[in-house]
Amino acid sequence: MTRIRPTEPDFTAVEAALAALAVPAPPSLAPATLLAVGLADAYAPIDSPIGPLFVAWNGRGVSAVVAAEEASAFETRFTRQVGRPIRPARSLPPRLAAAIARRLAGDRRARIDLDLRGYTDFERAVWLKALEIPRGEVRPYAWIAAEIGRPKAVRAVGSALAHNPVPLVVPCHRVVRSDGLIGQYSLGGPGNKRAILAAEGLDPDALETLARGGIRFIGSDTTRIVCLPSCHHARRIQPGHRKPFRSLGDGLLAGYRACRSCRPASAAAVAA
Amino acid sequence: MVSMDDDLTVRLAADLDSAFEALVVAHQDRLYAIALRVIGDPRDAEEIAQDALVRAYRALETYAADRIRALRLRPWLAAIVLNLARNRVTRRREPRAASLDQPGPDGRSLEERLPGDSGPDEPITAMEQREGVDYWAVLLAGLPVRYRIPVVLRHVDGLSFAEMSTALEKPEGTLKAQVHRGLALLRAAHEAAVRAEPQELTA
Repeated sequence: MTRIRPTEPDFTAVEAALAALAVPAPPSLAPATLLAVGLADAYAPIDSPIGPLFVAWNGRGVSAVVAAEEASAFETRFTRQVGRPIRPARSLPPRLAAAIARRLAGDRRARIDLDLRGYTDFERAVWLKALEIPRGEVRPYAWIAAEIGRPKAVRAVGSALAHNPVPLVVPCHRVVRSDGLIGQYSLGGPGNKRAILAAEGLDPDALETLARGGIRFIGSDTTRIVCLPSCHHARRIQPGHRKPFRSLGDGLLAGYRACRSCRPASAAAVAA
Repeated sequence: MVSMDDDLTVRLAADLDSAFEALVVAHQDRLYAIALRVIGDPRDAEEIAQDALVRAYRALETYAADRIRALRLRPWLAAIVLNLARNRVTRRREPRAASLDQPGPDGRSLEERLPGDSGPDEPITAMEQREGVDYWAVLLAGLPVRYRIPVVLRHVDGLSFAEMSTALEKPEGTLKAQVHRGLALLRAAHEAAVRAEPQELTA
């Protein structure tokens, strides 16, 4: 082993050749990196029961769902709202596309990460609570308010749901007016809300007819359990055993107990 | 360069999200080049460079401001990209179950079989290839990893031995010896390739 002299002159040619191996990164590296850490977003169109949508996402999760529109209008509004650049992609990442398809088909276990940075804790609490409502069921605004521990904030719940940045993924369409009527919807109006609920197996007209008749709760005289009308337990009750109630108090006085699944007491707090 | 990075660490410490793109712009080329010259494959290199930058961001998210200001970005980022590249090299070699110092199937150690511990085994003869970047990239890919990494950091990326010592957690003397040995092996491989050329074509 000879004594080491790292700057031996006859390595000059090798060193020059090695210096020439420092090539620039491909142009895709920086945008892909910023997308991965959530400092930029991408979006692509998907089909849905209510027509084509734009879904925006970054490495932290889905950041926006809107009805498809003119690309530049969407990009400008997105960047103004969330403060991040956005660029179109040809399609959603396959895993995300599959998860959204499963979620829209009613599989609540399909894992979809959400990027809800920049919103208030209250808004996030409302949206995460809406995620708990099963497909084919609805809950009143007051139910959400009571469940997140803010029973008096019913109006604020309605406002948060109206500003849900990821409709369909967070099913704000499953939250209805506290008087039982279907109510407004951010993704293209009330017609779409009814269409989505119908596609999920709920009959919006029947629900509203019940509500107009003053019926807010349904009990079973075999199980002696009282539910919200759209609860999957209530919908299984045979016609001969259905007991309608105008208030939860009426049901409890009649000796019924509240369903542990739909928790009707949360809807009764303000609505009663 | 050092003062630019000092400014960058101050900005990263103050507001990571608004300064991180500047870090990407300033360091993406060198991280890609390190990954490419250690791993060889451009697509893997881009993946590794991106993964390294993402890991850097996630680490910076958890660091206190004074820790970020004290960071030396060049060796710190190099260490992250090298860890990822090294894992990739190890994973690739596993099916062959050969350590660098073990004799290969032909009885020679991988180090002796230059060029080609991950590069092609055929000698490179074409003149036009010898003049190009590919030629030296192939020779470099044939260098055992423990020499290839210090050579890449020193002569492709241009780190000082002090920065390399930080990145690789090894004494400068050890690194100087490894770089020297790496350059000697490269020159020997180059001379072997020249000898393999038809006589009338050699310059």
